[in-house]
Parts: sequence; structure tokens; C-alpha cells
Amino acid sequence: MKNLKLYLPVLVFAALAVFMWRGLYLDSRTLPSMLINKPLPEFELRSLEEGDQLLTTADLPNEPFILNIWGSYCLPCLQENPIFMAAKDQGVVPIIGLNYKDRDDAARYWLDINGNPFDLVIVDDSGRYGIDLGVYGAPETFIIDANGVIRYKHIGTIDYRAWEDEIMPVIRSLREGGNS
Amino acid sequence: MVPELGNFALILALCLSVLLAFLPLLGAARNNQVWMSLARPLTAGVFVFLSIALVILAYSFVTNDFSVQFVANHSNTTLPIYYKITAVWGGHEGSFLFWTWMLGGWMLAVAIFSKSMPDEFVARVLGIMGALAVGYILFMVATSNPFDRALPLPPTNGADLNAALQDFAFIIHPPSLYMGYVGFSVVFAFAMAALLSGRLDAAWARWCRPWANAAWAILTVGLALGSWWAYYELGWGGWWAWDPVENPPMITWLLGAAMIHSLAATEKRGVFKSWTVLLAIMAFASSLLGTFITRSGLLTSEHAFASDPTRGVFILGFLGLIIGSSLVLYAIRAPILKSEFGFGSLSREVFLLANNMILVVASSAILLGTLYPMVYQAVSGGDLISVGPPYFNAIFVPLMGILAVLMGIGPIARWKRTSLAHLRQQLTKVVLASVGLGVVLPVLLTMGVPLATIATSILALWIVFAMLRDIQTKIANKPTVLAGLRSLSVSYWGMTLAHLGFVLTMAGACLTSIYSVERSVLLQPGQSTELGAYTFRFEGTRPVQGPNFVADEATIVISRDGKTYKTLYPQKRLYTASGTPTSHMGIDGRVLRDLFTTLGDPRENGAWSMTIYIKPFVRWIWIGSIFIALGGIFAVTDKRYRQFKVKRAAAVSRSSATLAAEGSQ
Amino acid sequence: MRFLSLAGGFVLGLAVLFSSAPATAQVDVFEFDTAEQEQRFRQLSNEFRCPMCQNANLTSSTGGVAADLRREIHRMIMEGQTDAQIEEFMLSRYGDFVLYNPRLTGKTILLWFGPLLFLIVGGWVTYSIIRRSAGKGDLALAEADVKTVGKEEGAEKTVEISAAERERLNRLLAGINTDSDADKS
Repeated sequence: MKNLKLYLPVLVFAALAVFMWRGLYLDSRTLPSMLINKPLPEFELRSLEEGDQLLTTADLPNEPFILNIWGSYCLPCLQENPIFMAAKDQGVVPIIGLNYKDRDDAARYWLDINGNPFDLVIVDDSGRYGIDLGVYGAPETFIIDANGVIRYKHIGTIDYRAWEDEIMPVIRSLREGGNS
Repeated sequence: MVPELGNFALILALCLSVLLAFLPLLGAARNNQVWMSLARPLTAGVFVFLSIALVILAYSFVTNDFSVQFVANHSNTTLPIYYKITAVWGGHEGSFLFWTWMLGGWMLAVAIFSKSMPDEFVARVLGIMGALAVGYILFMVATSNPFDRALPLPPTNGADLNAALQDFAFIIHPPSLYMGYVGFSVVFAFAMAALLSGRLDAAWARWCRPWANAAWAILTVGLALGSWWAYYELGWGGWWAWDPVENPPMITWLLGAAMIHSLAATEKRGVFKSWTVLLAIMAFASSLLGTFITRSGLLTSEHAFASDPTRGVFILGFLGLIIGSSLVLYAIRAPILKSEFGFGSLSREVFLLANNMILVVASSAILLGTLYPMVYQAVSGGDLISVGPPYFNAIFVPLMGILAVLMGIGPIARWKRTSLAHLRQQLTKVVLASVGLGVVLPVLLTMGVPLATIATSILALWIVFAMLRDIQTKIANKPTVLAGLRSLSVSYWGMTLAHLGFVLTMAGACLTSIYSVERSVLLQPGQSTELGAYTFRFEGTRPVQGPNFVADEATIVISRDGKTYKTLYPQKRLYTASGTPTSHMGIDGRVLRDLFTTLGDPRENGAWSMTIYIKPFVRWIWIGSIFIALGGIFAVTDKRYRQFKVKRAAAVSRSSATLAAEGSQ
Repeated sequence: MRFLSLAGGFVLGLAVLFSSAPATAQVDVFEFDTAEQEQRFRQLSNEFRCPMCQNANLTSSTGGVAADLRREIHRMIMEGQTDAQIEEFMLSRYGDFVLYNPRLTGKTILLWFGPLLFLIVGGWVTYSIIRRSAGKGDLALAEADVKTVGKEEGAEKTVEISAAERERLNRLLAGINTDSDADKS
């Protein structure tokens, strides 16, 4: 009995080592969203194109759509722009942009030279609405269903693989199943 | 060409380490004198080649050889030369070479200062340290070689050393921290040698203590420097963040403290033998764990090097192999190391045991808090939580309070057996004085009832008064106080100094947390603000040029009671190569309080935002640490530990043999 | 100066994404009505974690979101919201990650009570060791009195010494004998 107690340290250590080995492959930097399956928070913000007009959730599409948080200062946003442009050309899914903590002229210029994949661009220059969405740095992308409920969040650049393997399956299931 | 030589030196060091890891250990097991005698020369060889590699890396920095990837990532032609040299430990690969070189240094020290130890023992100790060196060098060569080249197109200039590291403390904090941290591998090797040979006696304890105390004292300095550096570098008055990279050396320090107390009991009374061995393994394991956490990306931290799961898996594998096998060896061999002596229920042994228990509980709690988010994420399928200072402070402070209470009684309790009457006789007045003064002083000084301050004062006075009482008892029979004080051994003064250091650090930490004040203001040039008893007048900024940065330097005039007291010059710097902005505080550091200002951002009309801090007693934290480190060293400078006094010992034994022969006539 | 603030702003913007900027003191200048409000603000900023930094509280982060969040906390304090409401605001948007003081839930019971458990187990182990040792009886302790402090354990029982050590022992004994002979002559 006494001798078995002496093996306690090595057993505790082994358990710790196993946990740490698993831990190596965990991503502890990407925050999971708190807003999944919750309705998109209300907002009253102006649009980039229309100037003085204030937009609300009523102006958003009544079908599943993508909300992309972006800024002209954000290099990864530039990298995902072609994917969104291709999606817009093919009319796959509506993409709404949230211009996050940016300057209007820089944002317009960015859209001019890179192409505008957004059906609508909402301007959040203070970042206040971004906080309501739990945003902590562009680019971030939400998928919202036909009833205005957030269903999915992707943090970071969307490359082709992410689009095909993550985004599109969610869009399709939302179109078929409604509230899944 | 030269970096290739560095790589070659590493390989040579690896080969010699492999030989060192095998031959002396086998030689000890088979009583092969020749193989055992190879230990010291092989050790010297490993140290020489590691030194060559380190010097070559430094040379590459100094000569701006940006074809070496590590140099390109961490240096720049405009970097001052003293930072170019110390940039060797400014990133993962170089700092790991530095870490390994430290192991070589400790190995060499053991090889030199071990003449009084039997060859078998030395062979085992050096062999085990050689095995560690094999692991470290293999890791470097396989995953993190500082000599990797950036060919075929080396950059014309480097990315510059991280702006936060371009500071004096960077020159001294990593070396002292690593030196202390790596020093625990010596005691680990001693413990393994004891397990392998199946014997652990008073001689072992006597050999071990200087190494244990030295490593722990140096680690104390390393930790203190890190804390001080964070304080004035980060600029918001914090000196310990319970960060996942700060916590492992704290755990090592706590376990090290437990170990040096346990070793004292093992040496003097032959008790706690297998426990000391286990502590040595655990302290060393925590140092490996620290390396693992910092370099693997397991936990997120400001301090962490860039993460890479491959490196993490390697280190974890190494950690598992070394610690797993040593713990298994412990489980098998520990029953042999039984102590025969008992001790009474109020003896000093008991208080040391209690001290150990508290320190191990504190270490376990810190480990729990550090790893919990990772475990939580693994178990809950991806949910993240954070465990930060509120948790660690809530756990750590009460435990240290209990330790402080024990610290008053422990030194007074006698070895082996102490009666309650004795303790009562020694300590009754101490209790009354410390509680009385501990309540009265804060109440009078603050005209209130500050509970936390009262608790701190009582505990601090308790330890100090108990020490004074003990000294009083010890010198009672001496003709004069001075003669009495001189009669106390260096070891005793070491203990007293270290405990006093603990009091200072504890009191400083508590009081500064309670009484620090700060204020953020927006000031136009010429405007003033007040904080505490001082008035701060902002006199505007001027541009300043450094070797590799440009800065705005503000002038802030501090006055008290209408008279100018001091002027501070905080800076807001922009390092030109990396484009990183940093803030450098203007600081007036005094023993009783610190005063500092940090610049924020410029606003319209030359106005600047800035923050002003008054932090009472914050320096006591680091002054106390110096006392602790010094005390730890003094505790083992007694004559009995001198390893190089073998001749004198031989002379003593000759003369005593003569006396014995004469006495029997 | 203008260049510095532009460059600084640009760099801070980049820092939002490539956040490895060193954490240096961030200075906001907020107005408060009472000292208690300022105290609460500092307390809360210290206890919330910056969502995008490596490991820093809101007080010490330079990241853009951290500045926005401090602004929100200031606003909520001035609106009269309680600490609990402010915490709820942060939780509902960023989750438990952002609390440095973890909530006590079913999943964190082990975290919060673990140290107490360690202390109890440690105390019990210590107590049983003391009892076992003191329970060796007065006779054993009296016997221990006879042995001098620090004497080698092997004195009372035969200890195996290796051949190498026997050689050394013989050499030492021979050395003492020759030395004392030399002294005598």
C-alpha cells in the first residue's frame, strides 16, 4: 500500500502530460462567439453609399446572408475580397458589409479599386456596434438566417477552402431546413 | 562560413554529451574507474563547444551577418552594440542556446567544485546532466537551430530587436533567471545519483546544500529583476501579472524554497530524505515545464516566443521522458531512503514540514490556475475561460499569511523536541507586541481601521520580533551584545537575512497594493495637477533622437509645499526600424515610495494625456528579494560546505589522530 | 509631431491585427463625478481581459477594441449601471474568456475549491507524518538522544559499500596511519 502511494507523483504527472499534449493542438486564441443562435443585435447606423439615411435590421435581406466585418486598413480583408467578388458575380448569397472603425473616403476608395462585393455597406466608425457583435478585430464574418438569427461566425480571412467547407454548407442547410 | 562553425560546435557538443550521458553512468554501475574518470573531461569538452557556439552567434550579431536567420529576425545595423550582443537571447533559438550553455556552465562548476565527492557520485551527477544536455542540444539541432541561414537572399538589414527588450534590464534579467532556473538541474542530478546508488546520507545533504541554495538564490534575483523590469517597462505600476510564463519560475522558486528547508533538515537530522528527493525532481520538472510553456504556444502570453506545435511536442516528449523516468525511479528506490530518527510534535522538523506543505500547496494551486483554461477548453469542447490575478491573489495571499505565522515559530522551535512551555515562554511577549503594535500603528497613522494594513503589520512585526527574541535568547550568555552577535554563525545570519527579506517583500507587496494611487489627466503645457502631497506641472515636450528611435520627451516639474522637488522626463518613443511605439516613464524611485509619470498621446494645442502614479513601499519588494538571495547564499557559506578545503580537513584529521594517540598513552 | 501621431495611429491600427505590440501604458482621460466611480473604473478595467491581446487586461492594452471597451465601461458607470450589469454586458458579447476572475460554475468548482482541497489533503498528510514520527515513542526519541546530531545513518547497521569505496577507505586509513607515524617520528 505504501509503495503504491509512491507512484502517485508519476501518475499525476502522466495525466498532466496528456492534457498538455492535447492542449498543444487547441487554438486558445480564437474566441467562440456568444451570439450563435441569438438574433442579430439592433442597430441604427448610416450607410456608406446613401450618406444620411439610417439603416436598421429591417433593411437587411429576408433570406440567409453573410455579414462581413472589414476595413480599408485590413490586409486580410483584401485577401478575401476576390472570394466575395466571385460570390457576388454568381449571385450565390447576399453579402452585407460592416465598415468597422474606418474612414469613409478610405473605405470608398478601397471598394473602388478592389471591387465592391457588398449589397449594402453599414458604417460603424466608432466600433460600438462591433462590440455588440463581439468583434475584436477585422476580418470577421457572420452567417445570418432568414429570420435575422446569427447562425455561424468565422474569424479571420476566408480563403477558398473555408468558403467551400465552412460557409457554403451552412448557407445551404439554412436554405433547406430553415431554423436548424 | 563562421555560422557553419557554430553549427559544427553544437554537433560536437552533442556527441560529447552523448558520451557523457552513457559512459560515466555505466562506469558507476560497473565500477569501471576509467569510464567514471571520463566525466570531468567530457564535461569540460561540452562546455567548451557550447561556449564556442554561443560566441559565434554573438559574433554574427556584432558583425551584422543577416544571412543567419536568427540575426536577421532580431537585429538591425542601428541597434547599439550592447543590445546586439544580448540579442543572442532575444528570441527562441538563441535563448535556448543560452539556456543550454548555462547547463554547460553549471556542469563545469560541478566538475570543478567536487573534489571531496567520491568519483562514483560525481560520475553519476555529471552523467545525468550530460543526458539533459543531449536532450537540449538535440532539440536545437532538430527544431530550433540558431545558425539556420536565410539564404539564398539574405536581407540587407534585420527586423530589429523587439522594442520592449531594448532596455538595461534585458541585459541582466534573462541571464540571472536562466542561471537560477537551470541551476535546479544540479540538485536534480544529485537526487538521481542518490536514487541510483541507493544511498542518501548526511554527506550527500552537505554536498547538495550549496548547489541548491545557490540556484535558488540566483533564481530569486532573476525573478526580482523580471518583476522590476515589468514595473518600469510596462508603465502602469504593475509588478506581477500571474502570467502563464511568469508562473512556472514562481512555482520553481516556491518548490526550491521548500527544498532548501527540507535539505536543511536532512542534513542536520537525517529526516525527510525521500521527500527531499521528490522535491528536487518536482522543482526541476517545473523548470522544464516553464521552458515548455514559453516555447510551445500552449498558453498565450505577452512573454511567449512564437509558437510551434512541433517544438512543443518535442519538449513535452523530453519532459515526459526525463520526469517520467525519474519519478518511476523515485517510486522504486524511495523506500530504501528511510530515516531512522523521529521527531516530536512541536519540533522544528514539524514546522519545516508545515512550511513545505504550504509551499507545495501554493505551487499546486498556481499550477492549477495556470493550466485550468487549457484543461477547461479540452474538456468542454472549445469554451474558453481565463484565470487571472483575482484568482491567484485570492489563493496565494492567505497561504503566504499562514506561512508568515509559521515563520515566527519555526526558528524558535528546537530540533527533535520542543515543549509547548518553551514556545510559550519565548513567544508570549512577541505575540502581544506584534498584535499590539500591529493594530495601534496603522490606526494612529491612518486615523481609521484599515484591516488589510493591520493584518500585514501584525504578520511583519510577528516575524521580526520573533527573530529579535531568538537572537536575544542566543546571545544572553555573552559578555557584550557585539560579542554575542559575532558568535552567531554565518548560517544563522543567512536565515535571519532571508526571513527579513521575506518580511520586506511581503510588506511591500501588501502595502503598495493597498495604498498606491494614480491619476490620468490631459494637460496643456503650463498646466498642473495634484496627487497626494505633490503638484505636477507639465512644461511641454521636445523632440529627442536616440540611436534607433525618435521620441517626444516631456518635462514634468514636481513640487511639494510650494518648493520644487524634482523634474521628470518621460518619453514616448518610436523605434524607426520596427515602427513600434513605446512609452518610457519618468521615475523618482525612493525607498519609501515611487513617483512616476507616463505619457499617453498628444492632443490638440500641444496638450498630452498622461498618468501619474504614487506607489508607497514598492521598492521593498525588490530590496526584500535581494535580502532573500543574500541570505540564501550566506546560509551555505559555513566552513562545513567549503568544497575546496580538503587539505585543511586532512590536517585536522591528522592532528586529531595524533591527539587521540597521545590521549591513549 | 504630426507625423508621429499619424504614424503612431497607423501603427496602432496595424497592431489591431498583428497584435504583438508590447503592452505599454494606455492613457485615457475620462471624467468622473466621484472618486468612487474612478475607482470602479480602474477595478473593472483591471479585471477584464482584452479580447485580442496576448494576455493583458483592459488597463494595459493598446489594442483598438480595448480602448473601445474602456470607453463603454466609462459610459456604463456614468449611466449608473452596477458592476454586475457591466460584467453581464461583457459576458454576453465576449464570453467567459474576458473575465480574469472566473465565475464559480459547475465547471469551475474544481478550480476554486482545488487549492482548499490541496490544503486539507496536505494538512492531513502532514499531521499523519507528525503523528507517526512522534508516535515512535519516548523510548525511540530517547535512543535518538544518544546518537549525536548529523552522524551517518549507517553507523548502526551494516551498509553495503562498493568495491571502489572500500579501496578509498583503505587508502584513507593508510594515509592517516602513515601521517601519524610521520608526526611521531
